[in-house]
Amino acid sequence: MRTLFNKVLVERAKKDKRIYMILADIGYGEIEPFREAFPERWYNCGVAEQNMTGVACGVAMEGNIAITYSIANFPTLRCLEQIRNDVCYHNVNVKVVIIGGGLAYGALGVSHQATEDIAIMRALPNMVVFCPCDFAEAEAGVHAMLDYDGPFYYRCGYKKEPPVHDGPIKLKLGKSIQVRDGNDATIIFAGTIGNQVTPAAEALALQGINCRVISMHTVKPIDRKAIVAAAKETGAIITVEEHQLNGGLGGAVSEVLCDECVAPGKFLRLGLPDKYISKVGGHEWLLDQYGLSAPKIEKTVRNLLTK
Amino acid sequence: MPPTEKRIAELELIAAKLRLHAVTIAHRLGEDRKCHPGPALSIADIIAVLYFETLRMDPARPDWPDRDRFVLSKGHACPILYAALAMKGFFREEALWTLRHVNSMLQGHPDMTKTPGIDMTAGSLGHGLSLAAGIALAGRHIDKRPYRVYALLGDGELQEGLVWEAAMAAANFGLDNLVAVVDCNDWQSSKSVPVSKLMSVQPLRGKWESFNWFVEEIDGHDVAQIVGAFAQAQKNRGRPTVILATTVKGKGVSFMENNNSWHQKAPTDAELESARRQLLS
Repeated sequence: MRTLFNKVLVERAKKDKRIYMILADIGYGEIEPFREAFPERWYNCGVAEQNMTGVACGVAMEGNIAITYSIANFPTLRCLEQIRNDVCYHNVNVKVVIIGGGLAYGALGVSHQATEDIAIMRALPNMVVFCPCDFAEAEAGVHAMLDYDGPFYYRCGYKKEPPVHDGPIKLKLGKSIQVRDGNDATIIFAGTIGNQVTPAAEALALQGINCRVISMHTVKPIDRKAIVAAAKETGAIITVEEHQLNGGLGGAVSEVLCDECVAPGKFLRLGLPDKYISKVGGHEWLLDQYGLSAPKIEKTVRNLLTK
Repeated sequence: MPPTEKRIAELELIAAKLRLHAVTIAHRLGEDRKCHPGPALSIADIIAVLYFETLRMDPARPDWPDRDRFVLSKGHACPILYAALAMKGFFREEALWTLRHVNSMLQGHPDMTKTPGIDMTAGSLGHGLSLAAGIALAGRHIDKRPYRVYALLGDGELQEGLVWEAAMAAANFGLDNLVAVVDCNDWQSSKSVPVSKLMSVQPLRGKWESFNWFVEEIDGHDVAQIVGAFAQAQKNRGRPTVILATTVKGKGVSFMENNNSWHQKAPTDAELESARRQLLS
């Protein structure tokens, strides 16, 4: 997905001279096409994320679009105050792009696991939080990000994620996309964990449990209508996220349900526990360990709905 | 051309008036909403030179794209900046007395979304030079505009790591349109321990030179030296310039000078009167 992100970015940058990449020495192997096409629109601040964000903010305040880009937590946590005070407060056109949300970096450890990013980014006023699940959303998302005038958080996948959507999609920020329909429950997910959710939903369908599946690519602003409709029409909601349960997608969906006084008969949040990820292993293995693989999701949803 | 004696006297008088405004603001705010007179007086002469001699600006057009930018990174010293903006005509002098009041356009730290003439919001120390470098990068290499960017930092503020990230980048990006001024009054918020004892940032010349900046050292209360340093910075090519200005916290009011209890405190009626006599003598 990151390769696709960079390809689409280069295409857009050919048409839009305002686009600049402000980097902190991460992205090699993917960012070279942009650097080669636009050497004068590419600035590497070195391993210094706070300054990367400050410089990007200054550049964008002068009427440009500045993209900060790094892996996992690096462009968000170290420079959170710069994002909050300088970028978001002034509603500046800075795009914060992370590569590899959740457990994508597998065995690299806690430092490289972005497991609180959605909660933190969505707490910031003016920030859009976008989590594409597959290439179709990722590509459309680059355009949506650049068309949007203001701070934008883009949680980009790390590898060749398989498609979640069967065909072409129409992506609009803040409007979720229904991946499949069903009446027994609704599974709402955000981001590349959709790759685990869709096979789980297919397996459940073979067992006679038909779930509506919704890709909530924009966690903020969230699609309130789709959540309320899911609660009313399917009676059960399960949220799935590759993120801490505290304050993430499930939290955001819960807020909507409470605000709207719509209680589904059954509700369950699937995500990472309120702990640091101490186990060492690859991405897929870690997802399974924490109950987020397709078979584990399938089992948990089945148990919930057949209890 | 160095400034004439007449011009120096004019700028000194402006600085004295700015100081009196800052002390008056602190007095009117009182102990309940006390502001920071000490840090404001420390930079009064630098602000006077910037706003009445050096900066290219037009108070009628605060958003003029080619105006020089000023970033007060040590934002808590803002009363003196507000006084300068009022004197320049960005807003009416009466507004000064509304600082920190309900619905005032003057906040306890500078806010570019609220106050005409403020080029950058501040409040959390350490951000200003990085933001100034971004604006300077845009002007120098991206939008190719003639403006220059000035950032004023405190010496205690240099303890923030981000300042040095920004210093490194500004030199690497060749931002010769960027000037940093360090207000070296050797005090920070710690009541009785000076910067040099608490967490020394010295030697500053060597630090900035090693980061590949032009370095000028001046007396931050000598108007002629301040004018000269900014003029020299305009001639420097290929790298940014830092002006290390040795200052006295609370300068101009005898009982505030080097007395760090005035970092954040309101003068009494008698103290205000004494300050007025001293400043306008």
